[in-house]
Amino acid sequence: MTYIGQPVKRVDGNDKVTGKAKYAAEVNIPDLTYGYVVSGTITKGTILDIDEWTARAVPGVIEAFTHKNRPHTAWFDLNYKDQDAPPGSPFRPLQDAEVKYNGQPIALVVAETFEVARYAASLITVSYAEKPHETNLDDHLAEARDPKTGLATLLKPLPPKPCGNADAALAAAPVSIRTHHVHGPQHHNPMEMFGTTVDYGKEDKDGTPYLTIYDKTQGAPNSQLYMAQIFGLPFSHVRVISPYVGGGFGSGLRPQYQLFLAVMAAKALKRSVRVTLTRQQMFTFGHRPQTVQNVSLGATPDGTLTAVKHDATAATSQFEDYTEVVVNWTGMLYDVPDTTLAYKISPLDIYSPLDMRTPGGVTGGHAIETAMDALAYELGMDPVELRLKNYSEKDWTEDNKPFSSKELRECFRQGAERFGWSTRNAEPRSMRREHTLMGWGMATGIWDANCLPARAEAVLTVNGKLRVSSATADIGTGTYTIMTQIAADTLGMPIEDVIFKLGDTDMPLAPFQGGSFTAATVGSAVKQVCDDLGKKLFKLARKAPKSPFHDADWDEVNFVDGQMRLKKDPAVTMALIDIVALNGGRAVSETSTSLPNPLKTAKFSKHTHSAAFVEVEVDEDLGTVTVTRAVSAIAAGRILNPRTARSQIIGGMVWGISHALHEDSKMDHRYGRFMNQNLAEYHMPVAADIHNLDVIFVEEHDEIVNPLGVKGLGEIGVVAMPAAIANAVFHATGKRIYDLPITLDRVLY
Amino acid sequence: MEDAKLVASPVPFIEPGIVRLTVNGQIKTLQIAPWTTLLDALRKYANLTGTKKGCDHGQCGACTVLVNGTRINACLTLAVMHDDHEITTIEGLANGNELHPLQTAFVDHDAFQCGYCTPGQICSAVGLMNEGHAKTAADVREGMSGNICRCGAYPHIIDAVMEVMQKEKP
Repeated sequence: MTYIGQPVKRVDGNDKVTGKAKYAAEVNIPDLTYGYVVSGTITKGTILDIDEWTARAVPGVIEAFTHKNRPHTAWFDLNYKDQDAPPGSPFRPLQDAEVKYNGQPIALVVAETFEVARYAASLITVSYAEKPHETNLDDHLAEARDPKTGLATLLKPLPPKPCGNADAALAAAPVSIRTHHVHGPQHHNPMEMFGTTVDYGKEDKDGTPYLTIYDKTQGAPNSQLYMAQIFGLPFSHVRVISPYVGGGFGSGLRPQYQLFLAVMAAKALKRSVRVTLTRQQMFTFGHRPQTVQNVSLGATPDGTLTAVKHDATAATSQFEDYTEVVVNWTGMLYDVPDTTLAYKISPLDIYSPLDMRTPGGVTGGHAIETAMDALAYELGMDPVELRLKNYSEKDWTEDNKPFSSKELRECFRQGAERFGWSTRNAEPRSMRREHTLMGWGMATGIWDANCLPARAEAVLTVNGKLRVSSATADIGTGTYTIMTQIAADTLGMPIEDVIFKLGDTDMPLAPFQGGSFTAATVGSAVKQVCDDLGKKLFKLARKAPKSPFHDADWDEVNFVDGQMRLKKDPAVTMALIDIVALNGGRAVSETSTSLPNPLKTAKFSKHTHSAAFVEVEVDEDLGTVTVTRAVSAIAAGRILNPRTARSQIIGGMVWGISHALHEDSKMDHRYGRFMNQNLAEYHMPVAADIHNLDVIFVEEHDEIVNPLGVKGLGEIGVVAMPAAIANAVFHATGKRIYDLPITLDRVLY
Repeated sequence: MEDAKLVASPVPFIEPGIVRLTVNGQIKTLQIAPWTTLLDALRKYANLTGTKKGCDHGQCGACTVLVNGTRINACLTLAVMHDDHEITTIEGLANGNELHPLQTAFVDHDAFQCGYCTPGQICSAVGLMNEGHAKTAADVREGMSGNICRCGAYPHIIDAVMEVMQKEKP
């Protein structure tokens, strides 16, 4: 192995720093028209009338689409279900006069220029018959119910049934703690706003057009499926391309309404169309749901947990049962016989929530890990000691299966050492730096290490270049780079001779990018297809006249320096370029499917782990909290590329800081509308908010998760941070703030 | 309501006219309406899509370009206001295949992930260095805080800018 494990620079780096990388709304094609979305302004009710005639009168306007004149689309809910649809009836843009949530798209104006479309859209007037709406979870906690289950629940299991008698154990516990947590909704806000460019190509003999769709998505095949089903188009006529994605964080897991509207308009007008959303409209679809949690812990005086109760109630829409894994993490971290975990949802007049980086994990993780800190103080025990005392070698939520690997102990040890935890004075308000209070806190993190089936193609060209492709995505995670590394190593080629392509439905199918599973999933497919291509090359080489490999078996050769070699006699070689030449002037290609091995993996619980150590400064006069330094120790199996891996974790830590201190989508429940729907008032960290962040990758070998031993890094950097920050704020101030974000008003009052 | 009627009556349609922009040393003659922002003029009419639209409200910094060497948000200004100005976008920073030192430093430090805020970050850093006020990492953090990076690459962005600043110190 030459490249795996090396800090290879991003192979797409040059394109990104020079402006050459083209995102979805940047493919400028001839005769392009521009769509502008009109958003509804009530939360629930009926559109009585839309007057779009003034808009139509503006020179340059081609059409104004509303529910009154939209083209026909599929009848059945099933046709609107994308690969990430929760159980329920998916939202259909411009379906009818019914308004289901505030900001709902109610019209699309298409014009020859963006400026004209935007202006004409402002001329549309709407009258409504309003109905009373319910958007406040606080008022509807009592009506919360069990979620419906469906395909989505496979990757997001509901909590297991209670075990033992947690209430009795809690009542009997010598030491106990109860906490209550409210988390507000949040919006993904990737820097690139959602946009779709539809290139209306030639029509077939039946008049059905070939559409090339440049979409902002975390899975081009998902957008293809969605559009083909709704508009009754053959897959061959719907090609979705998405080579660069300006951030996803989960927002691109489901097709958003601009895709529907752009394709609808293109098909109806027989023109190429681009629809981009405004930043305000980025607050009009999926979001992290508001969630209310309760945690109760009971323990003996030596710190042994004897009772665990953790429940969560989350908001969802009236039309889909969105769920996420919030409470199960508690059972994965702490194996306590008397445990009750519960998760319920409460439907409101809002859009369906949508997985947002570390969905559920950052929510539940914050609750259990702040409760653990409170318990540590109740017991007079060091927070790290308390976690070591209750360290679990098996997963309570999965029938006590052992973990495929778990180097969390090392995370605690190395993280604490790097941070200097041993010099901490546990007494709250005991540490100061000049005028400000200082606090140190820590927390544990856990996330899934999933691996799904995927396909990839590998082509060795006649000039000796290896081209590998899979319809996956790189939302900034480094997919391009790590797949290039894996391919280069598998066939022993110099990395300059290897190119990896993604984000195109003409490529072999892969799942969308999410859940931290891409490195493992697509990495396994890339390894598989390169191995299979190697076998093909071996057969070619063996058949050649006077082949030095004539009597060799497949397991007797390997690939090094662009050559196939005999393992026992490395002097016996054939250059790969010479082997391809044996193929009659044609490239040699292979397409393969990698499947997880359930026989091997089913007996184990597969997870990444982390420990975060955080220092905060709190200005008691102003109530401001600053994370001055943080150390994250990560156990995530094999690290393919320390450079991009570090960026993933640093980014995750910034998300953790943001979750703890900044982000909050504030709704005015009188109007059912988010008030801070712009980047000035929706607070996210900027450079001045971020200080010293340190990452440790703890060595962890895992032969079970997948052939590469990779566990994924997209979420694990986030999980432990909010609780570690909240715990540090307690240590600094002596005040427990269980709700997030910890804004200055909560510190002061 | 009186106001609603006012809104509903369209203003006279604004005819496109000729605007000459000097972008990256080249003159671009564009036929655009006066209400076209510099950002949309660059991205759509001049086909220079390296400059990004992240909010269209001057809140995110993704559209940062240099006008006569000064960093500005291209979304907050109209193209017609820049007839005689030298505009530099991300596409104009490299010298042929030779990257600008900040571009190289961004790749070396892995100072981005999705890459969408990157052109704005780099142009902003060029502007920051032109201003000459930033001396320390804290100054750079403050001076770069008009550019949001949702991927959270801030520590690496600051490292990259500091490295170039220190190399170019007189």
